[in-house]
Amino acid sequence: MSEPIKQDTPAADGERRTFLKAGAAVAGAVVAPGVLLYGVSQARPPEEGASSKQRWGLLIDTTKCGGGCHTCVDACNAENGLDGKTGPQDPQWIRKVDIKDLRTGYVQSLPMMCQHCEHPPCVDVCPTGASMKRADGIVLVDRHICIGCRYCMMACPYKARSFVHEPLTDQNPEVPRGKGCVESCTLCVQRVDRDEQPACVEACTAEGHQAMIFGDLKDPQSAISQALKSVDSVEVRADLGLNTGVRYQGI
Amino acid sequence: MARLANWLRLAVLAGAAALMAAPSLEAVAGADLPKLERGKAEKCVEDTQFMRRNHMDLLKHHRDETLRQGIRTTKHSLKKCVECHASEKTGSVAASKDDFCASCHSYAAVKLDCWDCHATKPGKKPVQQAGQPATSPLMASTPMEGKQ
Repeated sequence: MSEPIKQDTPAADGERRTFLKAGAAVAGAVVAPGVLLYGVSQARPPEEGASSKQRWGLLIDTTKCGGGCHTCVDACNAENGLDGKTGPQDPQWIRKVDIKDLRTGYVQSLPMMCQHCEHPPCVDVCPTGASMKRADGIVLVDRHICIGCRYCMMACPYKARSFVHEPLTDQNPEVPRGKGCVESCTLCVQRVDRDEQPACVEACTAEGHQAMIFGDLKDPQSAISQALKSVDSVEVRADLGLNTGVRYQGI
Repeated sequence: MARLANWLRLAVLAGAAALMAAPSLEAVAGADLPKLERGKAEKCVEDTQFMRRNHMDLLKHHRDETLRQGIRTTKHSLKKCVECHASEKTGSVAASKDDFCASCHSYAAVKLDCWDCHATKPGKKPVQQAGQPATSPLMASTPMEGKQ
């Protein structure tokens, strides 16, 4: 019984080890394209709609968000074709808000945009059904049926929505915008449908702040879910019970 | 006799059909039809006659699917229409009255409001180019705004 084992010389054993190592190396090489393939297959095919199996969300770390930095706002404006003016009648999808503790003088800066609520007040009040929530939790305005009544602007506790007062030209083909409709952050839905990140998140990461994490709140393995599990994050106006998709850390 | 009558009836019907068809064809050929700038489009995703009658329904159906459900197929998307049909002169489907959308719609006197929001040119155009008309001639609301 033990004879075959005895026949294994150290040299043969060494060979087997090298073979195993080579095998492992080959397996590694196979895994790398496999990972790539997995990444590609995750992108939803265009004929498949948004699914309620996902819910897109953002986690914003206000301790990393730079005061005076407007990179996310600029990226949003460039992606969505906003002109970047901040007058009372100019559309703004993201606002940089500075908050100061008056007793201590501690200043924090954070981006404030549509919070993509699970129970959005803007959808509740819309008289035409133009204000709507997609299956994956992104809150949008259907401009085809928006009559510009601005009821949603009044209902939104975050001042996230804007009305377009002036006629627009040369819009981004992917982001139709026009006079007479209410609009707000779409979480860059055109990019999300291509399996990309919103422009603000991409810009914040590129700038090196890494204050924003975008991802699927329903996927326990996603970076945002992992981060939410490990840090203390809050909703703004949590008392309203809207279960926002955008959460803040450090406020 | 009955058979002859049947033959006669058939002949008369055929003649009538020919008469009815012929003037309509002539009328179409002789009419002052809109001259289209087709752009680089070679072959449409649907039959031309079908598209003439049904493009608005296809677009309306597609827009709701895309916006509300996130279905982003390209076959009946307005963006793809613009990419193929943008005029080679103006680069747009509705900048001059010969452009693809504008020519037929001004002929049929049907006002379009697609271009109030949607881009009439393919590709990204974040800044308005000089020398191009600011708005489509079909946007009837445009002159009014100047007066307000």
